[in-house]
Amino acid sequence: MSGRDRVLGRIRRALGEQGAGEGGIGRAPGEPGAGEGGIPRDYLRVHGDRTPAESADLLAANLAEYRAKVHRTDEDGLAPLLAALLAERGARTVLVPPGLPPSWLDAAQAVRVEDRAGSTPYALDAVDSVVTGCALAVAETGTIVLDGGPDQGRRRITLIPDHHICVVRVPDQLVDSVPQALERLDPTRPLTWISGPSATSDIELDRVEGVHGPRTLEVVLINPPAQ
Amino acid sequence: MTATHLGMPAFPAAAREAVRDDVLRANLRRATHTIRDKRARAVSELADWDRLRAAGKAVKDHTLRHLDHYLLRLEAAVTAAGGTVHWAADAAEANRIVTALVLATGEREVVKVKSMATQEIGLNEALEAAGIAAYETDLAELIVQMGHDRPSHILVPAIHLNRAEIREVFRTEMGRWGRPAPDGLGDDPRELAEAARLHLREKFLHAKVAVSGANFMVAETGTMVVFESEGNGRMCLTLPETLISVVGIEKVVPTFRDLEIFLQTLPRSSTAERMNPYTTMWTGLGPSKGADGDGPAAFHLVLLDNGRTDTLADEVGRQALRCIRCSACLNVCPVYERAGGHAYGSVYPGPIGAILSPQLRGTDEEIDASLPYASTLCGACYEVCPVAIDIPEVLLHLRERVAQGGPATREGIRVRIRPARGHTAERAALRAARLLLERPGALRAGERLLSRARRLRPRRLPGPGRAWTDSRELPRPPREPFRDWWARERGGRA
Repeated sequence: MSGRDRVLGRIRRALGEQGAGEGGIGRAPGEPGAGEGGIPRDYLRVHGDRTPAESADLLAANLAEYRAKVHRTDEDGLAPLLAALLAERGARTVLVPPGLPPSWLDAAQAVRVEDRAGSTPYALDAVDSVVTGCALAVAETGTIVLDGGPDQGRRRITLIPDHHICVVRVPDQLVDSVPQALERLDPTRPLTWISGPSATSDIELDRVEGVHGPRTLEVVLINPPAQ
Repeated sequence: MTATHLGMPAFPAAAREAVRDDVLRANLRRATHTIRDKRARAVSELADWDRLRAAGKAVKDHTLRHLDHYLLRLEAAVTAAGGTVHWAADAAEANRIVTALVLATGEREVVKVKSMATQEIGLNEALEAAGIAAYETDLAELIVQMGHDRPSHILVPAIHLNRAEIREVFRTEMGRWGRPAPDGLGDDPRELAEAARLHLREKFLHAKVAVSGANFMVAETGTMVVFESEGNGRMCLTLPETLISVVGIEKVVPTFRDLEIFLQTLPRSSTAERMNPYTTMWTGLGPSKGADGDGPAAFHLVLLDNGRTDTLADEVGRQALRCIRCSACLNVCPVYERAGGHAYGSVYPGPIGAILSPQLRGTDEEIDASLPYASTLCGACYEVCPVAIDIPEVLLHLRERVAQGGPATREGIRVRIRPARGHTAERAALRAARLLLERPGALRAGERLLSRARRLRPRRLPGPGRAWTDSRELPRPPREPFRDWWARERGGRA
C-alpha cells in the first residue's frame, strides 16, 4: 500500500465513528448542506475608522517602530529623494527590476544593475542597493507586500542586497488591515510580506534588527499631488 | 516518532535536575517574562481577539473533520502549480523520501529552514547517515546544532542559553562548520547576529537544495506559507534550485482567506509582534511554472502523518492538532519556566508538548507516560492559546488513559492501553477516598482525629504514599475540620 493510501485510510477510519451529522461530515465542504463549517467570521474587517491620511500616518508609525526608515514625498519629489537616499548610503550600484519606471532613478548617480536570467546570487551580493515598488502596504501591521510584479522583480533581488528602498503609492496601494490585503492579493503569485528589516528574537527572546535579509529598509510613501 | 529523545528519564527526574540549575532558571525566567508581557500588549491591541481566536479554532476543527478532502484538494492544487506531492505515514518513510530526493539532485549539502516536523522525524540524522550534510540556518537552530545541544523551545530552540553561552558556542564551534566567528567576538546580541550572518551567507549563496517546513498550506490554491524573522527562510525558499517541504498533515487550511485569521494571531502570539518581519507565500513553481527563474525550479511537498491520524482518532485529544506552534503556552507555563524544555524529552516541550508527544508517540515509554503529569493544571496555557486548545482537558484525559488504560489508536490500528504500573497506589488511594466520602460519619471522625494529631504531621508519607511526597509538601491539617467550623460559625443562620 502506498503512503498516500495508508494516510488517507487512517484519516477516514479516525473520522468514521462520528457519522455524517456534526458540521456536515460526510459531505464534501462546499456541497449543499455542508455550509462553511460553521466558521464564525464576526471578527473585524478593520480595526478603527481612519481617513486615508490617517492610514498613511499609521503605516509610517508602525514601519518606524520596527526600525524601517520612512520618507514621504510626492511624484515630483521622488527622483531627487531616491537619488539622495542612494547617495547618503554611498551606493555605487543599484539593482533595478525590469518594470521600474525609468524616471524614478533619473537623478541617481549609482550605476543601474539589471537582474538577468544568468545573474548568480554572488553577482547580486555585490550590488549595494535595490529600489522597487510594491503590490500593497498594510497600515495596521506596518507591512509592505511584494508580489513579483514588473516594478518589483524576482524575490531574490529584494533579499540579497543589504539596502532595500521600497516605494508605496498612497492611498492607492495602501489598505488598512490584513483581511483587506488578502482580498487584493493573487495567491498564485509569489508573495513576500515584509514588516521592517530582518530581525531575530533568538537571543534571550529580545528583538535585534539585522540578520540575513536587508538590514536597512527604507520605505518611501508618495502622496498624490495636492488638490 | 524517532528515537532521538527516547530513553530519556521521565519528566519528574529530568525536571528535578533542571530546577537545580540556577543559570538555566535565570535564563528561562528572563526570556519568558520578557515575551509574556510583550505578548499581552500585542494582543490587547486587537479588540476582536476573542473572535479571531474562535474563528481560528473553528477553521482548524472544520479542516480536521474533513482532513481527507482538504488534503486531496491540496495535492491537486500543488500538482497543478508544478509541484510534486509525496505522502509519508511515518518518520522513516518521510526520511527515505527526502533522502532520495536530495540524492537525486546529485548534491550532498542542504540548507534548512527551522522546521518542527523535520526535527520530529530526525531528518538531519537520517541525511547524515546517507552522507548528506544538513545546515540549520535559523539562528537558534544554528546555535543548537553547533553546540551539539537539543532544542528546548518551539520558537527559540536555544532559549536555555544566555548571550555569553551563545558566544562560547560560536567561538569554539563556528570554524568547524565553515566561516569562523570574528576575532574578539563579544556577547552583544547584535554582534552575535552579525557573526551568524557572515557565517551563513556563503552557505545561502551556493546552496542548491533547501528543506523547509510550513506554517500553513492552503487547500484551495496549493499555497504554502512560512513565517519567519531573520530572512534565512527567504534565502532557503528562494535561492536554491530544489525545495523540499516536509509538513504535518494538520497544517492545511481550506481557503486563502482563512490566512487573514492566522496572519493576525500567530505573530502576536509567538514573537509578540504585530507582524513578523518576513512571511513567504508560494504556490508550486509560480504562475510561469518556474520559467521566470523566480524561486526554485523543482518543488516537493512531503505530507507527514507520523502519529497525527492516531491523534485525530481521539475525540478529546485531537484538538492538539489545532496547534499553530506559536509557543505562547510555553512562555506562560510555570512548570516550563522552572523545568525548561529539555525535561520534556521531545522536540515539543511545554504544555503543548505534554499533550502532543504522548499522542504522537504513544505512552509506552516512561517519558511519554509521565508528560501528562508535567502540569499544575493552572490553565494559563489555555488562556493564551490562539486556537483555544483546552490543554488541561487533554492532560486530564491522557492522565486517565495512562492510569486506567483504555482504547487508543497506534499506527492506524485500534489498541487497548493497559493501566500503567506505578499508579496502583493512586488507584488504591482513590478507592479509599470513595469509601470514605460515601460515609459522612467515618469522614467526620477521621477529620477530627487528624486535627487533634496535627502536631504529629510527618514531612513525608510512609509506605506507598512516599512517592507522592517526593515533590510535594504534605499539607498542614487545619485546627478543626471545616464542617465543624461551619456548624459552629454559621450553623444557626443557614
